[in-house]
Amino acid sequence: MKAIQSHYRNESIQQSRRAAGIVENQPTDVELECLAQTWSEHCKHKIFASKIHHKDLETGEESVVDSIFKTHIMKPTHDMQKEVDWLLSVFHDNSGVIAWDDEWSVCMKAETHNSPSALDPYGGAMTGIVGVNRDILGTGLGARPIANTDVFCFGPPDWKGHIPENLFHPSRVLRGVHSGVRVGGNESGIPTINGAIIFDERYLGKPLVYCGTVGLMPRRLPDGRESHIKTPSAGDVVYMVGGRVGYDGIHGATFSSLELTDESPSSAVQIGDPITQKKMLDMLLEARDMGLITCITDNGAGGLSSSIGEMAEYTNGCKIDLAKVPLKQSGLSPWEILVSESQERMTVAVKPEDVDRFEKLANLHEVEATAVAEFTSTGMFHVEYNDDTVAYLPIEFLHDGVPQLQLESEWNPPEHTMFKAPQDSNHNNILIDLLARPNIASKETWVRQYDHEVIAQTAVKPFVGVERDGPADAGVIAPIHGNPRGLVVSNGIAPRYSDIDAGAMAAAAIDEAVRNAVCVGVDVDKIAGLDNFCWPDPIQSEKTPDGKFKLAQLVRANRELERICRAYRLPCVSGKDSMKNDYGKGVDKISIPPTLLFSLFGDHPDVRNTATSDFKNSGDKIYLVGESLEELGASEVSFMLREKASTNGIGGSVPSLDNPEKLFQSYRALSSLINSGIVKTAHDCSEGGLGVTLAEMCIGGRIGANVDIDGTGNCSLWSRLWGESLGRIVVAVSPQHESTFLNGMSGSTVTYLGNVEDSQLLNIIDGYEEIISVDVSTMVNSWQRTLDMTGGGV
Amino acid sequence: MYMPKVAVLFGFGINCDHETAAVFEMVGGKATRVHLNSFISGDDKLSNYDILAVPGGFSFGDHLGSGRLMGNRMRFSLREELSNFIQNGKPIIGICNGFQVLVKTGLLPGPDGNEPDFIQRASLTLNDTGRYEDRWVTLEFNQHSNCIWTRGMTTIDCPVRHGEGKYVMPNKESLRQLSDNNQIAVRYIDPDNIDANRDEVLPFPKSPNGSMMNIAGISDQTGLVFGLMPHPEAIYAQWLHPDYTRGTIPNVESEIEWEGQGLQIFRNAVEYVISKN
Repeated sequence: MKAIQSHYRNESIQQSRRAAGIVENQPTDVELECLAQTWSEHCKHKIFASKIHHKDLETGEESVVDSIFKTHIMKPTHDMQKEVDWLLSVFHDNSGVIAWDDEWSVCMKAETHNSPSALDPYGGAMTGIVGVNRDILGTGLGARPIANTDVFCFGPPDWKGHIPENLFHPSRVLRGVHSGVRVGGNESGIPTINGAIIFDERYLGKPLVYCGTVGLMPRRLPDGRESHIKTPSAGDVVYMVGGRVGYDGIHGATFSSLELTDESPSSAVQIGDPITQKKMLDMLLEARDMGLITCITDNGAGGLSSSIGEMAEYTNGCKIDLAKVPLKQSGLSPWEILVSESQERMTVAVKPEDVDRFEKLANLHEVEATAVAEFTSTGMFHVEYNDDTVAYLPIEFLHDGVPQLQLESEWNPPEHTMFKAPQDSNHNNILIDLLARPNIASKETWVRQYDHEVIAQTAVKPFVGVERDGPADAGVIAPIHGNPRGLVVSNGIAPRYSDIDAGAMAAAAIDEAVRNAVCVGVDVDKIAGLDNFCWPDPIQSEKTPDGKFKLAQLVRANRELERICRAYRLPCVSGKDSMKNDYGKGVDKISIPPTLLFSLFGDHPDVRNTATSDFKNSGDKIYLVGESLEELGASEVSFMLREKASTNGIGGSVPSLDNPEKLFQSYRALSSLINSGIVKTAHDCSEGGLGVTLAEMCIGGRIGANVDIDGTGNCSLWSRLWGESLGRIVVAVSPQHESTFLNGMSGSTVTYLGNVEDSQLLNIIDGYEEIISVDVSTMVNSWQRTLDMTGGGV
Repeated sequence: MYMPKVAVLFGFGINCDHETAAVFEMVGGKATRVHLNSFISGDDKLSNYDILAVPGGFSFGDHLGSGRLMGNRMRFSLREELSNFIQNGKPIIGICNGFQVLVKTGLLPGPDGNEPDFIQRASLTLNDTGRYEDRWVTLEFNQHSNCIWTRGMTTIDCPVRHGEGKYVMPNKESLRQLSDNNQIAVRYIDPDNIDANRDEVLPFPKSPNGSMMNIAGISDQTGLVFGLMPHPEAIYAQWLHPDYTRGTIPNVESEIEWEGQGLQIFRNAVEYVISKN
C-alpha cells in the first residue's frame, strides 16, 4: 500500500500522467485492479521471495534466508545449468524447457487449482487441466501438450463428520474434480499418463488439485528460430485468441490468495470449454510452424492484465485498447475486461506484415483472433478504452514495485505420542486392511476414465500386469511415432510426514518421484523436476497464531529440497506455490498438512527396455534394493492403527535420507540394468512398506511369492514389514539374469528375498517365523473394493 | 513406387490426427493432415487424395451426440465429393469418433450398391456401463468380409477409448442383413472363451460397451468404407502393448522390426490403392 501511495505522490509521475490525460494523483479503478492482480500472492509469490528470520529452537540456530526461492530452488538449478548443456529455459517462462535430443525439446509445468476446485469441483478442476495445457502452449514460441498428470488430495471419501459451511463432502469433490479433469483432458486429446489420489481429513478445508502437463516442441522452427526463445519487438500486434471475455473468473488470482470462507465467491471460478481450446491449440501450432508467432503466453490468473503486462516486459511497453476485446456479454467495465480470467484465451504477438496470414488461419480454424494491443518501447503499461486512457503505469513499477516481505519463522519440533506396535498382531489382517486403505487402494475405476493413450505413445500405462490392473510407478511415452526413444513422467508426494517434519516430507516426495522413474529405467543423467508447494498460510497473525511454525516448516522443506536435488543432480526447472490453503478462522480453522508435490520428467533411451511392477514368471528371483530402518513415524500403518485405537500415536522417526549420494549410485545401477533389458520387474516401496509392495506385485502378476524379510535391515519386524524407509525398490529378475543383476548392483545394498512362485499365495517369513500367508484373490479383492466407483462405497 | 495420398482430417476437436497420419506414412502412404474447412472452402479438394481417414477425438465436443455435428457438416457440405470418392473406388476409414461420424453421415453401413445415399441406418450409443473408459480388448476379423482394410487380418489386441461405442440398429432384420452381407468386419471376442457364440453379447469388459452382436466395426457393401470403435493405430508398435514387458505379446511378421498388430490395416489400404494404379 505504501509503495502505491508513494508512486502516486511522485512529482514526475504526476507530470507524465497529466500529459497522458489521466487522473494524476490517484490510481484509477483499472490501475488498482491491475496492481491487485499483479501483486497478488498468486502471481508474485511474495512468501517465497520474502526475507525470513529463521530460528531453530531445537539446535539454537538463527539465520536469515533472503528469498527461499532464490536460495534453495533457483541457485542449485543455475549451478547445475553450468554442468549440463540440456537445460534450455528455467523458471522465467510458462514452463521449464530441456533439450531432449538434437531435434526436440520437452517442457513441463504443474499447476494447482485448489480454491476453484473447492467451490466448484467440476469447473475448477477442468480449468485446472486446460489451464496448465495453455502454459505449455505458451512456452517459448508454443509447445504441443502431449501428456497430463493429475494428483489430488481430498478429505476421506467416507467422511462422516462435519462439513464446513460453503464446502462439499469429499466424495462430491472427488467426483466433480474427476469429471472435470476427465472432460478437460480427454476432449483436448491429451493422455493422462500418471497421477495419484491422497486422502487426509485436513484436505476437507481445501482439496488440492495438481494438474501437470508435458509439452514437446521442435528445437528449431522451420524459419530457423530456436523455439524456446520468444522474439517480440515493439510494433508487434498483440492478439487475443480463442474464447471471449466474460464475468466468469473475475478476481480468481486475488481470491485464491486468501483463505476460503463461507463468503468466497464461486463467480471467481471460470467456466471451461475444452473444444474451443482444442481448436485454438491446433491453429496456434500451425501458426507457430508458419513462423507467424513472435511471442505467446496464456491468459490465466490476472487475465489480459497479466498476460500482456508480462510480455510487455520484453519490449518495455504496450498499449492496449480494451474496447476491442470481444465480450461474452455486454456491460463489462474496463477493469473487468482487463482482469477477467475467462478461459481458452492465449495472447499472441504477430509482426504487422504477418497479420493477414494469421487472421486467415484463424478463420480456417473458426477461432476468434482479435488485435487488442501493440507492443511499444515507451516503458509504460498503457491501457485505453476507446480514446480514454484508463491506466498508465510504468512497466518497472508494475513488475518490480512490490516490496519484499520480512517474515519470522521458528522451528520447534511437534510432539507426538510414540507409535507402539500392538502385541499379538495378525499380520495377515493388517495386510488386507492396509490394501483397502484409501491412500493405498486401487484407483483403477477412476483412472480408466481418463484416456491414457491418445497420441499412440504410451508404453507404460497407469495400470499394468496380466489383468492390466496392477499399479504402475511412472508413465513412459515414446512421443515420436516410429521411434522408441522415450520420456518418463513420475510424481512423489508424502504429506503426512509433515506431521513430524516437513523437511522429511519434502525429501520423501523427491525420493519417491526419482525412485518411481528409476523403476521404469529413466536415464538418471537427464532428469528435471517441478516443485509444487501447497502450504497453509505461514504468516504469523491473529488468525494464524502458528504462522512462525508453518513458515519454519517451509524453510525446512526447502533446505531438504536443495540438499536432495543436489545429491540427485536433479534441477528444478519450474514450480508453483499456493500458500493460503486454509479454511475459516479461529478454533474451526482447518489447515492442510504442508504438501510438496514433486513431479519429474526425464529421458528414456528406449521404451522397449522398461520394467513394470507385476511379477512375471514363477522362479524369478526377488531382491530388495536398499534397506529398512527403524522408521515407523507417520507411516500408513501407524495412522491406520491409531484410527482403529490399536495404538495411541503416530510419533517416531520419520523416513529420512541420510546418504542420498549413495542411494543415487544404486538408482543409477538399477536404471542401467533396466535399460539393458536385464530387469523387467521393479516396484518402489512407499505407503504400507515392503508388505504392501510385495502384495501389489503379486496382484499385478496374479501369481504368488515366497519371501523371507530376515536381513532386510537392522530394525524391528514392524519396520521391515510395514515401515516406509526411503530408497527401497523391490526387483524381480529371471534366474538366467541373476548374476548379471548382482554384478551390476555391486556397491549397492541388495538383499535376496525369495522367489516368485507358481501359486496363488503370498508367503512372508522372518527367518523361521511365519508372518504372512494370504492368497492373491483376497488381496485383489481388498485392494480394489474401497474406491470402486462402479458400485463401491465411494 | 507410387505413394498413395492420404487425407487425414483434423480440426474441431479431432485429436488422433497425428498418430493416424503417422501410421499411414509408416506403410508407404503420403499423409497430410487436412482441416475439414479446407475441403469445404475449396482450398483443397478431396479428389486430390486416394484415401480419406476420419480419426478419433471429440469433434465438436460430441455435443448433440457423438459425431453428430461433424457428420452433418460432412453430409451437407461434402456430399458430392464423398459420393464421388467412393464411386471412384477410394477407401475411407473412420476410427472411434471417426466411425461415429461415418455412421451419422450415413456412409456406414450405407445402402445397397455403391452409391451413398447419406441416410443414417445405425447408431453408436452410450456404453452399457454408462461411462467412458480406456481399456484393451481383443478383436476378431470376419474372414468372409470384402472389406479392403481388413484383408488377411485375424485377431488383434488394441484399446477402446470411448463412452458411446455401443453399436445399435433399429431392428433385428437390419442387423441380420448386415451380418448376412458380411458387413460385420470386426467383433469383440473373449480370447479365453473362443467357442462362444459370436452373436451373443459378451459380458463386460470383454465387450466394453454391449454392442449388438459384439460389433466393433463394420464396412459398407463396397468394402471400401470401414469404421471401428477400437484404435488399431494405437498398436502400431509392439511397445504399445500392455503385455510388452511380460514378453507374451503375439509376434508380427514384418520388415519393420517393431511392428505391432494394428499397422496391417493401414498397409492394406495403401497396398490396395497401389494395386489399382
